[in-house]
Amino acid sequence: MFTLQLSETHEMIRDTARQFARDEVAPSSIERDKNGEFPTEIIKKLGELGFLGMMVSPEWGGSGLDALSYVLAMEEISAVDASVGVILSVNNSLICWSLETFGTDAQKEKWLRPLAVGQIHGAFCLSEPEAGSDATSQHTLAEKVDGGWSLNGTKNWITNGTTASTYLVMAQTNRELRHRGISCFIIERNTPGFEPGLKEDKLGIRSSDTCSIGLTNVFVPDDQVLGDVGQGFKIAMESLNGGRIGIAAQALGIAKGSFDAALLYSTQRKAFGKPISDLQAIQLKLAEMATRLEAARVLVYRAANLKDQHRNYIMAAAQAKLLASQAAVQNALEAIQVHGGYGYVREYLVERYLRDAKITEIYEGTSEIQHIVIAREILKAVS
Amino acid sequence: MNILVCISQVPDTTTRVAVGTDGSSINPAGVKFILNPYDEFAIEEGLRLREKSGGTVTTVTVGPDTSKEVLRTALAMGSDTAVFVKDESRSDSFVVASSIADLAKEITPDVILFGRQSIDFDSFALPSMVGELLGWPNISMVSSLTIEGTQVSAERDIEGGKESVSATLPCVISAQKGLNDPRYPKLPDIMKAKSKPIADRVATVVEPRVVTLSMTLPVSKRLNNIMTDSDADIDQLVRLLHEEAKVI
Ligand SMILES: Cc1cc2nc3c(=O)[nH]c(=O)nc-3n(C[C@H](O)[C@H](O)[C@H](O)COP(=O)(O)OP(=O)(O)OC[C@H]3O[C@@H](n4cnc5c(N)ncnc54)[C@H](O)[C@@H]3O)c2cc1C
Repeated sequence: MFTLQLSETHEMIRDTARQFARDEVAPSSIERDKNGEFPTEIIKKLGELGFLGMMVSPEWGGSGLDALSYVLAMEEISAVDASVGVILSVNNSLICWSLETFGTDAQKEKWLRPLAVGQIHGAFCLSEPEAGSDATSQHTLAEKVDGGWSLNGTKNWITNGTTASTYLVMAQTNRELRHRGISCFIIERNTPGFEPGLKEDKLGIRSSDTCSIGLTNVFVPDDQVLGDVGQGFKIAMESLNGGRIGIAAQALGIAKGSFDAALLYSTQRKAFGKPISDLQAIQLKLAEMATRLEAARVLVYRAANLKDQHRNYIMAAAQAKLLASQAAVQNALEAIQVHGGYGYVREYLVERYLRDAKITEIYEGTSEIQHIVIAREILKAVS
Repeated sequence: MNILVCISQVPDTTTRVAVGTDGSSINPAGVKFILNPYDEFAIEEGLRLREKSGGTVTTVTVGPDTSKEVLRTALAMGSDTAVFVKDESRSDSFVVASSIADLAKEITPDVILFGRQSIDFDSFALPSMVGELLGWPNISMVSSLTIEGTQVSAERDIEGGKESVSATLPCVISAQKGLNDPRYPKLPDIMKAKSKPIADRVATVVEPRVVTLSMTLPVSKRLNNIMTDSDADIDQLVRLLHEEAKVI
């Protein structure tokens, strides 16, 4: 049985995130979306408040919170601006988590601490032009050289790609071992031969920067391999298991933002002499949106809760992401319908929610891939 | 400098309140409570005074058990200690002021900070009452504050302008919006606030001076102005739209 009671601390974290989102994030969200502008000031402030290393131990400068706190914050921030949400999610789930779990103390001191206190943020580089869902087929090669490795290849779709300072890069160190020959490298932004490309011009989450990265004879010293040589694929997959909880919470936030906007508008907009919320056709939409939202919320909180209890959360995270991303897209679509023509223009926000929502069905494993993960876990249990 | 900040819990502005069964209080069931927004300025000012001149910030609230939560927020923002004065009676401002004044006599702060009003009952009475009970100067609606040694200079918002005043410590200040930009609690501090102690204190027993007889929600009244298509009614309608509704 899954029951969940938020503690006073959880509520305070949620309320702080909500207030921050409303007062600091919302005012610039339309402009940043339109111009594809990175929320530099907002991320700086969030970093100072401890939102960039939420689950990192205080020993390394983090906030020492649980995964439930993290999803509450992700939900509130993403309900206002999903671009800010994904920047947080990548740094917390993929970068900080991997460094804290697999890094040496020296690596943690050098890279985790500044990331956890939010002085800088990171980027996670797994995807390639020809390796997306099939992340095993890495074309980026790392060749052993004296004192380290020399990397060549291209990474694609890298969130925080143009603004990050620290990158975790997967590359093939031994082709014959296939995915067991993939390793994870810590690379600093200004390393010679490491070149982030131009920002992608995207449908949604336009305030988050995404780019490809070229690597040409990039020298990485031995002590910048994260975990063991050959452990890279495991690091990537395990961090993505947790990352899905973050993206699921981002989707949950969009579903919530869409519902809240639709509910408010429906009570204010009058047609045929009464608020449209009096019309059964609109009420049916509101009821479905609220139910979808709550179902997503239960799955997302449950996945976080399982992680906090150190129980297996692989299937729960995939289910949460699958359902919450559907809820985000459906609620955003319906929110536009409730708004009528006003929903089709920038000023009323919900058109952005739809553009932002779609990405949650694509990154950190497409919905098709979530089905595969879930089915594999189900069948594992019976075979 | 030792600073006492007095804060309270109020229903969230988006909450719909209902009158309790006794007909003279708010039914707390299902109401989301928040820190009184004006108190955020008082806490922030207290923290800034401490950052400038050292000392400690103590935060106090007088109220029912549920109001303890706002003390956690103050602790998370940086208050050093917190005092909870349990008072389930929801009495008048004089009762609350007496408890606060008695606490102040014991811990002898140099300055007591309040928000200018609590947004639920709007009595505006507490800071002046506490000042009076202690025999201290009271400066209300302060939008700018400087304390050098024991010299207090403040600006107050008055109708159509500002007034500059001075006083000496100890004194009572109530904060107006704009006094500062309250900080957000940092996440690690929210965690730490959980383990900071909150001291329980017994409320001072005094007779309330004002007794609440009843509370009612505003009722929306229909005017029952029904117009027909007679010429007289149409003229009347045009006149009303022009003179009262002022839409034509
Ligand atoms: C805005 C944005 C930000 C991103 N950020 C990052 C990042 O920070 N780091 C990073 O490493 N990557 C990032 N990505 C990459 C993202 O994770 C991939 O786009 C995603 O994994 C899908 O890979 P692909 O685009 O190559 O599509 P493909 O893998 O080519 O998939 C195409 C279609 O085929 C389906 N498909 C593929 N394989 C199967 C299968 N076995 N069974 C059923 N269906 C299948 C897919 O579901 C999809 O519908 C980002 C992408 C975007 C758009």
